[in-house]
Amino acid sequence: MSEIKTDLVDVQIDGAWHQFPKGMRMIEACRQAGVEVPHYCYHPKLTSPGNCRMCLVEMGMPPRPAPGADAPAPDENGHLPIAWMPRPVIACANTIGPNMGIRTTGPLTEECRKGVMELLLANHPLDCPICDQAGECSLQEFSVEHGKGESRFRERKVKKPKNVAVGPRIRLDDERCIMCSRCIRFTDEIADDPVLGFTDRGSHTVLTVYPGRELANNYSLNTVDICPVGALTSNDFRFQMRVWFMRETNTIDTNCATGCNITVFARENKIYRITPRQNNDVNSDWMPDSHRLNFHWIESESRLTDPLVKDGDHHRLASWSEALATAADKLSALDGSEIAVIASARMTNEELLIVNRLVKHLKAGHVDTVARVGEADGYLISADRNPNTNGVKLVLGLENPGSQNEAIKAGIEQGRIKAVIALQENLVDDAGFTPELLGKLDFLLSTYPLANATADASDVVLPGASWAEKSGTMINATGRLQRLNKAVDAPGQTLEPWEIVRDLIQATGGGNGIYAVTDLFKQLAADVSEFSGLTWGQIGDLGVPLIETGVTIPLLEREKQRIASGLIVG
Amino acid sequence: MAIIVQRPKLKWWEHLYLPGIITGMRVTLGHFFSILSGRTKVTMQYPEEKWDSHLPEHYRGAPALVTDEHGRERCVACQLCEFICPPRAITIKPEEIPSDDKWAKVEKRPRAFDIDMIRCIYCGLCEEVCPEQAIFLRKDYAITGTSRAEMVHDKTRLYEIGGVREGLVNKWNELK
Repeated sequence: MSEIKTDLVDVQIDGAWHQFPKGMRMIEACRQAGVEVPHYCYHPKLTSPGNCRMCLVEMGMPPRPAPGADAPAPDENGHLPIAWMPRPVIACANTIGPNMGIRTTGPLTEECRKGVMELLLANHPLDCPICDQAGECSLQEFSVEHGKGESRFRERKVKKPKNVAVGPRIRLDDERCIMCSRCIRFTDEIADDPVLGFTDRGSHTVLTVYPGRELANNYSLNTVDICPVGALTSNDFRFQMRVWFMRETNTIDTNCATGCNITVFARENKIYRITPRQNNDVNSDWMPDSHRLNFHWIESESRLTDPLVKDGDHHRLASWSEALATAADKLSALDGSEIAVIASARMTNEELLIVNRLVKHLKAGHVDTVARVGEADGYLISADRNPNTNGVKLVLGLENPGSQNEAIKAGIEQGRIKAVIALQENLVDDAGFTPELLGKLDFLLSTYPLANATADASDVVLPGASWAEKSGTMINATGRLQRLNKAVDAPGQTLEPWEIVRDLIQATGGGNGIYAVTDLFKQLAADVSEFSGLTWGQIGDLGVPLIETGVTIPLLEREKQRIASGLIVG
Repeated sequence: MAIIVQRPKLKWWEHLYLPGIITGMRVTLGHFFSILSGRTKVTMQYPEEKWDSHLPEHYRGAPALVTDEHGRERCVACQLCEFICPPRAITIKPEEIPSDDKWAKVEKRPRAFDIDMIRCIYCGLCEEVCPEQAIFLRKDYAITGTSRAEMVHDKTRLYEIGGVREGLVNKWNELK
């Protein structure tokens, strides 16, 4: 078999023969063969120092014949007999070779794992009841699977620093640390901010931050995710909720055009934390802290919960039907050229499709979105801080999103534009429309999750759901179509933006048979050529490449180089 | 499949039922006269008289939180009781113990600890699951209130019922 494909080698894992590319790590071969090798220090995106010793397995190679003796004969499948080595090897740093045998079960590996677990637990505090990692802790899991169940250690445990603030967002508990060095390697290899290291020796080894420095880079919270125990915990999530209570929703980050894949952890309609989700074509295993922590506003006091209609100087509560009827009255009295629709590049493709229909239905003369440009950080954050600019170009058909803002302002100033429909955008704070300018309008309708200066100037204010409360698809900077999934329910009478736009079309005399966001996706597949043939289910959790943009993600490019040079598995 | 029950064959005098009635009445009247004459006493004059002194050690009454002899609240808000509670009667909101507190090393405590006594089924799983020996089912059984809100035991009330318990494992000592 191995003669035909020269780059593949035969490897026997727990008695069954498999074929893997030569040079693959043993642990990765085992994983692909469906055999889990317990490990702490190994991480496919980081180098393998092999210091936790948890992944020890038995290894064997064909015996080398003694001088003069005959070489062993292969069996009918071409496999040579395996001579097992008397001592175990680590699976994370050793690579596979032809006709290699790996045994992950058996008395030797079991004794090794038991021994490693006993030593790791010798100094580990038994504070699982207050540890945030409990429930997703490798040490807990492996001590159940491979541990002894009781401690023979009668001496006093080593005292180490506890509750140390190593950075503005991270707390370190050195007693819980098992010295796997994942965080040290992450800050060194991925974040290029090597501030962590080990000091002291033996059982007194402690993880410390370099004197005078702190773990403050914008990717620091990833160390909390990769910490296999509760040594590094997030200040933001600290003691907020036990992990087993939370429901996980796979969705995407909407803070920039990269669209990092994330998991939202929520319980009883409250989001507690966000963690990156592995997608090797978007964000690898990481995400920036600034994006990860930008979710508390969803619970803000200033969330809009009901439609509001302006009565004189003040807004009053209204029903959806009344608010929409008010809007329809005002809009139908105007000519299309007097209406401007300002949509948002934070909207999903489905929402943009129905906005496009609204524009056509009202024959609106002006359409634009608001551009958000920041600085790319050379890792994951894109300079375009809108998550779906490519969607705006593709679905709404704008060639240069954001370029018409000034023209619309001038139109309002000159009185040519009499009504503005601002969808999910805060015109005053984000697009530079002054309240005085908006005051010149005959009619301003705005939808947004939060009350703000634009809402204050609006004649009709409609509560539109935030990114965590709606589903849809977005196209990231590299042209990948990804799915946004609803994680929590929106407060009060809030509706998803596509529902608001649909109802607005219906209130102004239009009609359509759209009742679910998936219906809109079917329309997209029918209307926009790039989407043709795609279904909602096909996009899946990891998305699909949709268009070519030529944009690359710097962190991923570096990761590819590291994989190519054999530093990491990837 | 139908099961055929073999009924006992009754004798002719058993069909009359009179012997059975007479035997039964003899027992009833026996009790009647012994109570009348004051020889036995079966009625407890509740609420003037109560069961409290007769309750066995393993009696499962209202769950309550305890403090230990050092004055430390035992609960560290691990929320395992909230997780195990079959009727979901327990709601805990954890918080971090401030660094200037005497027990700052414990790091975590409940900010709010509510047990809805309308929901509680007195099963005792919370006591069984508690890794900190912090919650115990006490002998309080007459839990009443005039509103739903009154039936929710908050943290203060729970410590009031629970009181101080001595001789528990002192896990958060100086050594660890």
